[in-house]
Parts: sequence; C-alpha cells; structure tokens
Amino acid sequence: MKLPEQVTRLGAVIAIILAAVLLLRFVILPPSMFSARPHQAAKVVREMAKPAHYAGMSTCRECHADEYGAKLNGQHRTIGCENCHGPAAAHVANKDDKAATPPKHRDREFCLGCHGFVASRPNGFPQVDGQKHNGRKRCVTCHDAHDPVPPETPQDCGGCHGRIARTKAVSTHSQLACTECHQVAAQHMTEPRAALPTKPAKREACARCHDSGSTDPAAAMSRVDFSSHGRTFVCWECHYAHLPEGPK
Amino acid sequence: MNKRDFLKGAVLFFPAAGVLQALACKAEGKELSATATTGYDPTQHWYGMGVDVDKCIGCNRCVEACKAENGVPDEPFYFRTWIERYSIYADGEVKVECISTKTPEQRLADQSEPIDPSVLRTFFVPKLCNQCANPPCVQVCPVGATFQTTDGVVLVDEKRCIGCRYCIQACPYGARYLNPNTRTADKCTFCYHRVTKGLLPACVEVCPTEARIFGDLKARADRLVRFQRQNEISVLKPDLNTEPKVRYAKLDGEVR
Repeated sequence: MKLPEQVTRLGAVIAIILAAVLLLRFVILPPSMFSARPHQAAKVVREMAKPAHYAGMSTCRECHADEYGAKLNGQHRTIGCENCHGPAAAHVANKDDKAATPPKHRDREFCLGCHGFVASRPNGFPQVDGQKHNGRKRCVTCHDAHDPVPPETPQDCGGCHGRIARTKAVSTHSQLACTECHQVAAQHMTEPRAALPTKPAKREACARCHDSGSTDPAAAMSRVDFSSHGRTFVCWECHYAHLPEGPK
Repeated sequence: MNKRDFLKGAVLFFPAAGVLQALACKAEGKELSATATTGYDPTQHWYGMGVDVDKCIGCNRCVEACKAENGVPDEPFYFRTWIERYSIYADGEVKVECISTKTPEQRLADQSEPIDPSVLRTFFVPKLCNQCANPPCVQVCPVGATFQTTDGVVLVDEKRCIGCRYCIQACPYGARYLNPNTRTADKCTFCYHRVTKGLLPACVEVCPTEARIFGDLKARADRLVRFQRQNEISVLKPDLNTEPKVRYAKLDGEVR
C-alpha cells in the first residue's frame, strides 16, 4: 500500500520541524539555558581562584620564628599574627616591597581596642581603664606584645577583674578586700588560669558579719538569723556579694 | 544572491554555528572539571563554624579582616559578618546594638560609659551567614544564582544574580546585603577561596580569643566536632528548620 503524497509531504515537514527543535534544544542552545549547574560549577572555580590576603600564622613562622616562639607560650598564644599586623599575603609574596610591610601598631588606642574595659566583655578577660591606667604612656613601653605579662604583679584584682572591681566600688561592700572572701594563691597573679581563686563554700563566711548575733557595726542594717534564713544555700546563690541588693 | 543560494547558505550556516557553540560549551565544561586537578575533593567536607559566645570580646577584628579579605565595601552598613552587643535589663527589656557600625573612636568612647546597675547581663554575639543545610535563600532565588556547594557552603554567582533582593528578604538571619558595586547579592562564603586551600577563614584566623572555631563536620577528628561534644550547642532560630551550620555555645536565650 502506498501512502498518499500529501501524507508523506506532511510527514517530511513534521520530521524537519522535529529535527530543528531537537537540534535547537540539544545542540545549538547551551545547557546553561536549561540548568544553573554549569554556571554554579563555574562560580565555584572562580571563587576558589580568588587570592587570599591573610597568609595565616604558620606562614609567618617560617621567617619570624623568634616572635612566633615568644608568643607560643604566652598569654597571646591564641592570637594570629595578622590580628595586629594586618593581612600579610602581599608581604609574603614580596618581602622587599616596603608598601606591603605589615604595620606595627604602637599606639595606646590599638591595644585598648581589646583591653579597654567594656562591661559586655567576658569576666576574667584582662581589661584596663584607658583613662586611668598609666596616663598616656604607650602600652609597649611596659608590655611586650608578643609575650605580654604585667611588668610587675598587679597591685590589685581590678587590673584583670575590672568589671567586678567597678561594681563592688559602688556597693555596700566597697570597703571589703577581695581576699576577705576569696583565697588567692600567689601563682594566680602571674599565671591566672593555673591557680584559680576560691569562693566561699560555707555560709559561715557571711555569717561572721551578717548573723543576728554579730556585733560588726557596718553590717547592722543587714543582719539575719542564719539558723532560719535561706535554708542550706550558700549566701551567694541568691545574693550577689559584689553588689548586694542593688546600688548603695 | 538569489533566494535559492540564501536558503542553501542558511541551511549550512545555522547548524554549523550550533555545533561550534556546542563544542565551545563542551570545552568550558572540561575546564570546569579542572577543580579535580587542584586535588581538592568537595565531597569529603561539610564545613561549619562554632562560636563560643562567652569568649567574644567585641574587638571587631573579625569584621575588619572579613572586609579586607573579601572586598566588602567600607561603609559601615555592609557586612558579611558583624558583632552585636546584647544588654538584658532587670525589667526584661533587651537592647541590641551592632557595634560593627561604629568607628573605632566611637567604640573607644563607649569604654568610658559608667556601669549601668539595671543591666542584668550583657555580652557580644558574632553573627554571620549560618550556611544553612536547608537554606531559604537558595529556595527563593528565581535564577539559580545562589546555591549550595557540595561541601555545604552557600555561594552567590554574581554573573547570574539579577539583584532582585528576594534572597535578602528570605534570609531569616539578615546575613545578606546588596553589594553597591556589583549590584548583586553578597554574603559570607566561609572564605571559600581560603578553606579550599587549607587556610582558615579570615575571621577565624584573626579572632584573638578563639571565640570562632572553623571545622569540618564530616571529619572524624576535628576542632568543631570536639567543640560540639564539649559544649551545649544552640543554633539561631531553630524553629525555622534551616539547620544552620554555625553552632553557638553558651548562647543566651534572648539572642535571636
């Protein structure tokens, strides 16, 4: 049986159109028109090829082993070199390029950026009052930035525990020394984390002044009967001894 | 040229152009798989970051390093990472301010603020793109410009991005901004160009107190895996099921 001529002609036209569409879809048009994957793969390649501006601490060690070694066991051991000296990849690439030499910050304000007192900083982080701590002297006059230790043992606890010292100063406990309640080993002043101070473990620490039988005139306004007050809790579980019952 | 010649030429020219184009695409595809030649295998990694809120001192060094490393515009309202200061008052009020928008001089001036006794607690929280495992920004992108890489980092293809800002609206963490120079969306990449070379992200490199920890959640022994073992971990807005890969330790319940 022979197909009528009009059918074969129509078939040929449809076949041509189909071929054209398939050619267009799979050969002529790029796959990125139908899928984002080629673009994304290209982006990953571009992103990986970007240059790094921070060289990393281990790169600095290769030339500056002395500074790295000084820092290694000191209080600044966790700080990357480029924290203070800025991005150094350009300096690593060409160490003779004076323009790319990392800066040495010697101004007071730079150190105060981390070590100035801010109430939101975590407890125990060494903070000083920028207005009062040694006038306008530059920090590097007394402290080696690569191995910072206090030039002499701190005079008082406020040197590191600024927040507590400032809070206590406006409280009814302002006249009490820290050692009244805390036992501080001498080692704590030079290696703070190696020997932590104690906290009162027993109620008797507060009872000395605040029990109803006490005769200390300073505590006259705040005496309680320790046999009935507060059950077995240690006092500082409810009262904040550095600012008892709010400001004075 | 008569009609017959024109048609003949057209029939030859268009398919030939198509074949050439296809060959060009194939060649580009070959170049793309050159990722393998750098020896970096993205299937072996699943990156994440740990943030120990209790260690952040709010020095803003990470923000400066991020801007220097990634060419983020200097104006103090474009950030890939930034630091927030939370103050929680006795009456329950929560005050949040972004200290990264301030100049160093303003931050120094803040240090002479007197202690406010009505503040119950106050702390700094570093924020950045959470590199969600289930990222809403990728879902909404109409052109597929933002996507998740095999190693779990969400990137923006600046050549594909049309700057419609839909992803900026969709991000529940406010981690995206429209780069005024390229007019495309931009965000933290975990310093993809660094971590794929074995370096740490710039913010982690400079963090003085190790408040930021970078690691690989697929690794058997890794600082981040250890960090998650040792701390009680929270993520931001867990109710949104975005599955963030930035894991916070000692995070206050007031932080959003």
